[in-house]
Amino acid sequence: MANFSVNGQEKALDIEPEMPLLWVLRDELGLTGTKFGCGIASCGACTVHVNGRATRSCVTPISAVEGQEVTTIEGLARALSAATAEAPSISNVQQAWIDHQIPQCGYCQSGMIMAVSSFLATNPNPTDAEIDASITNICRCGSYPRVRKAIRALVNA
Amino acid sequence: MKINRRQFIIASAVVGGGVLIGYSASQPSRHRRANDEIAQGAERFVTSFIKIEPNNVITIYVPHSEMGQGIHTSLAMMAADELDANWEYVKIEQAPAIDLFANGHLIKGFAGEFGVPDALMPLVNATAFPIAEMINLQITGGSSSIRYTGESAMRVAGAAAREMLMEASADRWKVSRVELTTVLGYVHHNATGRSVSFGEIAKEAALLEPPENPSVKNRSQFNIMGKALSRSDIPSKVNGTAMFGIDAHSKDMLFAAIKLAPVFGTTLVSADISKALAQPGVERVIELEESIAVVADNYWRAKNALALVDATFSTSENDSVSSDSIESRFNSALAQSDGSKDKEIGNTESAISTATDIIEASYRVPYLAHAAMEPMNCTVHVKGKTVEVWTSTQDALGTVGRIANIAGVPENSVIFHHTYCGGGFGRRAPLINTNMIDHATLIAKEFDVPVKTIFSREDDMQQDHYRPSVHNNFKASFDSNGNVTAWKSRFTGPILVPGASHIPYAIKNQSIRVVEADTHVPLGPWRSVDHTQQTFFTESFIDEIAHRTGINPYQFRLDLLERHPRHRKVLEVAAQAAGYGRDLTNGRALGIAVQESFGSFVAEVAEVSLDENRRPVIHKVTCAIDCGWAVNPDTIEAQVESGIIYGLTAAMYGEITIENGQVVQGNFPEYEMIRMSTSPEIEVHIIESGEALGGLGEPATPPIAAAVTNAIYILTGQRVRNLPIKNHDFSENSPLARV
Repeated sequence: MANFSVNGQEKALDIEPEMPLLWVLRDELGLTGTKFGCGIASCGACTVHVNGRATRSCVTPISAVEGQEVTTIEGLARALSAATAEAPSISNVQQAWIDHQIPQCGYCQSGMIMAVSSFLATNPNPTDAEIDASITNICRCGSYPRVRKAIRALVNA
Repeated sequence: MKINRRQFIIASAVVGGGVLIGYSASQPSRHRRANDEIAQGAERFVTSFIKIEPNNVITIYVPHSEMGQGIHTSLAMMAADELDANWEYVKIEQAPAIDLFANGHLIKGFAGEFGVPDALMPLVNATAFPIAEMINLQITGGSSSIRYTGESAMRVAGAAAREMLMEASADRWKVSRVELTTVLGYVHHNATGRSVSFGEIAKEAALLEPPENPSVKNRSQFNIMGKALSRSDIPSKVNGTAMFGIDAHSKDMLFAAIKLAPVFGTTLVSADISKALAQPGVERVIELEESIAVVADNYWRAKNALALVDATFSTSENDSVSSDSIESRFNSALAQSDGSKDKEIGNTESAISTATDIIEASYRVPYLAHAAMEPMNCTVHVKGKTVEVWTSTQDALGTVGRIANIAGVPENSVIFHHTYCGGGFGRRAPLINTNMIDHATLIAKEFDVPVKTIFSREDDMQQDHYRPSVHNNFKASFDSNGNVTAWKSRFTGPILVPGASHIPYAIKNQSIRVVEADTHVPLGPWRSVDHTQQTFFTESFIDEIAHRTGINPYQFRLDLLERHPRHRKVLEVAAQAAGYGRDLTNGRALGIAVQESFGSFVAEVAEVSLDENRRPVIHKVTCAIDCGWAVNPDTIEAQVESGIIYGLTAAMYGEITIENGQVVQGNFPEYEMIRMSTSPEIEVHIIESGEALGGLGEPATPPIAAAVTNAIYILTGQRVRNLPIKNHDFSENSPLARV
């Protein structure tokens, strides 16, 4: 039995311990905001937070999150404002994604937003080199220039 | 219900009051179907594009697929502006996949642009699709939506709706229509101070004859077009609620993992499925002609069980084909045949035979996969006589037709959920996506619950229809004054887009011919189709010619473009913005390239240096685009950024190779992509020439490869004549290094 929490809800699932978190979220729990892109942790489309830290869920066995807190794009705004009584509908990073009109096809953006949210939480004032080293998600539509602008705007806000 | 048969403008009352007004490009015979649809009442007859409800909410139905190009918003802007709607009350909906939304205007636009219906072939498949059937396609592709559907259908529908609302108001107030104005969703009679909202008068408008020839605005009258408005699809794409095909989900759903014949064209011979069947969650193993699939209660379980299937596929004469053998085949085809005419001007052979100087160069590019972020997928639920489908496609109607045919039901028994596409780029185009939708339907027919079939990334990359690998052998001649006198190009086909191999430059003698050299590798349209290969070739070779003359490549191009002011203008704007000609003492160089494609003119300047390992670094790309005029400037910038990065990925890394008849590359990063760390700064300049609208999804992709390699030549003296750039050695030790 796998025990973990997703977006604040406790889950107990009778599944193989090696099943990747990605497929638990998508196929078992129906949380389809987290995307399948490559299956080998190369593209980052499947990025979620485990205890607030960006994690590529396609190669993370469910046993590795036993007793941990998983946050997906659907629960991001709530997770970042857990202390307040009423959670906003979107986080400041998500709002920046709208302000800078970043998503095109949008398929990679759940993972991109999760990666950047976790990155900025630990690197509040990153250099370009730090951004380059940490945000390695693939966006086939080429939203990178806008992602960089949005990160800069979030840092300067 | 009223139809103006000459213009195919349709108007009808809707349930609950209001009016539905549309403009259809379909044939008169289709309007009999429209009549029937509409007579059945309610919302079945969404043949039209705009619905105005009593509460003043205006719904605009967009027939094209949203795959990131912002088309839902831009097309809605075109209709809403003509209507003088209040944008805040405009709702945008995906039009259903029924044949009344077929792309008549896409067809007409292409035929007009290129003069021949062959121009449509990149969107379908040159061999398998009779032109007569194309009228049934609901295609998104060819950078066509705005310039054909938008210009022809959306704007006319908006203008027709506005005229009918004004006429109904004039009737109600017993005044002349010319005394009325429309502003932000209201009709005003300024002389008497009366106003009525579109919603209030819509029911009366529905009783009127649609106008014969509604007049559209000129650009100075635009209120919505030309503004950088936020896209309607973006909020759902930042919170995980946007629905892509792969996101179809239900509790009783089953999941299929599939193994297709690894050598294109071979078939399944036998399979040992015993181990797979014993795996947890596995329902069945389905053996099909060209594939074998495991169906389980979870995709991961299906995929794991599939790995335990021992499948044997038929042997084929192609089992020994490799990239090397294909290259030999291309070379011998070019050596043995002078090919067939693509374009001939003057007498090239004569000019070459009397030349004082000649340059020859052989260029080639590899096959490319599309690698859209959303792997190909299709969910099908066959339930008795109806079929429900969820998939992301660039051809909703064609997909419906194909699935209906395989499932053995009429098309109108298919309930189609037209989701967002997680990237298109040609991968989800008609007959390119069929290996997914055909197999998914055949698998789902075996069950009475929804079955979601997903290609793994490896399946997606190894079972694509590839951007053609092309070789192009060039020769140019010069006279005793150093002027270029002839341009000769012999390249391997097929031609998917006529004209891509042509040059705008004033060279008196030109001979451009195509040599057929088929292989078993399936081909398809890839963002900008033939322009992606040919622009690398032509804009590199013209650069070689420029350097031979000693004139700087920018000025050289301008000198030969006297009769092409739009090419000149984008070159001038891009060069000036990039500071072309400035003193670059920091180890950087600027490369330039220009191309017209899909009705838009694009020049790009790449600023490049070499890092400490002498690998190219692309710092910045400055782009000027003349797409006629801007419907949504921010969307244009986004498409240009996207097109450049897509093309840069191909130029730097893109290479699909063949061994043993099969594709070698299976996943990232062996098929590497530009990422944050390698993405350049991009500056976009939009030139509003006021000419006819050009496309946007593709035209920024073609020039980037040559812009980069032209800069690399300045830095290293090495002319990159084959892609990708990653395969080249720019080190001091390279045999090609400048001495």
